[in-house]
This record gives sequence, structure tokens and C-alpha cells, in this order.
Amino acid sequence: MSVLSEGAALQSGNHARAIEPSLAEARDYFALMKPRVMSLVVFTAFVGMMVAPGQFHPVLAVASLLCIAVGAGAAGVLNMWYDADIDGVMGRTRQRPIPAGRVQPGEALAFGITLGVGAVAVLGLVAGWFAAALLAFTIFFYAVIYTIWLKRWTAQNIVIGGAAGALPPVIGWAAVTHDVALAPVLLFLIVFFWTPPHFWALSLRRCEEYRRAGVPMLPVVAGPIETKRQILAHALLLAPTGVAPFLLGYAGPLYGLFAAIAGAMMVMLALRLKTARSDTAAHAAAKRLFSFSLLYLFTLFAVLLVDHWLGHWPPIAVG
Amino acid sequence: MTGGMGASGNNDDDDGIVLTEEQKRRRRARSIAIALALGALVLLFYAVTVVKLGPGVLTRPM
Repeated sequence: MSVLSEGAALQSGNHARAIEPSLAEARDYFALMKPRVMSLVVFTAFVGMMVAPGQFHPVLAVASLLCIAVGAGAAGVLNMWYDADIDGVMGRTRQRPIPAGRVQPGEALAFGITLGVGAVAVLGLVAGWFAAALLAFTIFFYAVIYTIWLKRWTAQNIVIGGAAGALPPVIGWAAVTHDVALAPVLLFLIVFFWTPPHFWALSLRRCEEYRRAGVPMLPVVAGPIETKRQILAHALLLAPTGVAPFLLGYAGPLYGLFAAIAGAMMVMLALRLKTARSDTAAHAAAKRLFSFSLLYLFTLFAVLLVDHWLGHWPPIAVG
Repeated sequence: MTGGMGASGNNDDDDGIVLTEEQKRRRRARSIAIALALGALVLLFYAVTVVKLGPGVLTRPM
């Protein structure tokens, strides 16, 4: 039996248990929404919203962020619904609610669709239909283009699929301005170029699990040497993109200095990973890069926010 | 007819799914979570309505 057919059997087994009383707890439904991914989405959307020019009532801002968070959660639920077969054969994800049998696939599908439709509808009423359309596109891109199509088809899955994770700051900006400008596009590009080094650093350490699950991640398809080369290439793209808001006059020297140092550290860690001589050293270097990449994105957006509050971000000039 | 339905109802009672204490506890926890989520939505929609329409929402011409 192939790995994927084992996964299908797992799903049909779950289906056979559909008449049994549910053992799901509220936290299982929350876990389906990928809360850690949601936190990144909410934070980047919040920064996009804060640096956007114009007035936005705090109640509407909170409601919009809630909608963006729930929309991201809906995409996570639909991802877990479709990927239950893969999750069931990977150690990292085996205890997720669907493969563990606590939530039935049909329940997750209904939950995800309800959340997605609700989040888009409410965001449309609260912050306008342009931001709502962007949120709907993000959910569609992550659940359908990335999860159903790209993830099982190409080694560039997370490069293209990363666009979904990069859109929240643009949605936050659009909620305020009902428009898109160069500044939020720069924020999009920062998250877009950050995604491959972050996920490939993880997948290098989980290569064997992805191979068993039949997912064509880059280390599985092209090997670790090519993966490390592409991590470095993306880190080299990320570093100047991170500084771009300062270079183009959208942020002040505080942000520019921090982005330059943090970007250089990303490149240095990627270089260390590429030049690691032993498997043990490469494993440690990949772990360091993964951890630092998380810190990089959170702190970069946080410093951008502080920079804005200090008055360096010129909202009138944006556009 | 009525007797038949009554018998059927009795069968349901006899052979139906009987929840364990753990299943009842989890069902109750799910129900509370749904109630809290609905309550939060009511508050959210009320607050958004007031902000979007303003305090003059109730003083419109007939």
C-alpha cells in the first residue's frame, strides 16, 4: 500500500467512524485553524494596517483583524482537511485533530468553509469589498492553488504558495485605504522572499518524513546541496528587499539599520548552512536558520511599526 | 400508527447511542464554546453597527 493510499484508508476509516459521538474538544477546532500561523498573519496584517495612510476607527480595525485571522484560520482548516493523509504519516503532524480521529474530515470541511465565507462577508461589510476580495483570494490561493495543486506537484510549492502568506499586510493596508500601493507590495515581497529559506530550513531536517509522505519538497526532489543553494539565493534576495522600504523613503534610518543587520545575519546563517561540512553541522545550521528566520520577520515588522510611530514613515508620500 | 411510533421511540431509547461521561463533558465544552463565539459575534456586530452608522441611527426621518 502506498503512503497516499494509506492516508486515504485513514480518511475512509475516519468516515466509517462518523456515526460515533464526537470526541472533539473546542481546542481541537482551534488547533485546526493553525494558531501559530494565524499569529504571524495577524501581526503582519496589523503592521500593514497601522502604516497605511488614513483614519481607521479602532473598533473597525479590531473587527478587520479578527476577520483576517479567521480567514487565515479557515485556510488552515481546509489545508488540514485536504492534507489529512499526509499529516497521518508524518511524526510532526500525526497528532493533528483529523489524523488522530478527534475531528471527522467532513466536520473540518464544513468548519473551514463556514469560517472562510463568514470572514470574507464580515470583512466586506466592515472594511470594504476590496480588502474582502483580497482575503477571499488569499484563502483560495492557500487552500486550492497551494494545498490541492502545488504542494503535491512541484518542488517550488512553497515559493509560489508563499504568496498566500505574504498577502495579509496588503489586506491590512487595503482595509484602511481601499487600495494597494508600492509600500504594501514591499511588505508582501519581504514575506514572499522570507518564506522559502524559512520552510526549506525546516524541510531539510524533516526530509525523510516528507519523502515517506510523498510530498515533493525541494530537499526530497533536488537534494540537500541544491536546497542549500536556493536557500542562500532567496536570503540574498530577502536582505535587500528588507532594506527597500528605507531605501525608497518609506521608512527611517532606525528601520534601515535594523533591516540591514538582520538581513546580513540571514545571509550569514544561510551561508553557514551551505558550507556546513558534516550532516550534524548542517542539521544544527538549518535549525539555527529556521529559528532566526522567525525572529527576523517578527522583529523586522515590529521595528517598522516603531519607526512609523516615531514618525519616519511618511504616509502622504506613499502611493 | 401512534403505537408504532411510540415503539420506535422506545427502540431508540433502548438501542440508541449512549454517551459516556467523557463524551458528555466534551459535548458540553463544545456547546459552551459555540455560545461564547455567538455572544462575541453579537457584541462585535453591535459595536461595528454603532461605529459605521453613528449615534444618529435611531433618529431617521419616518
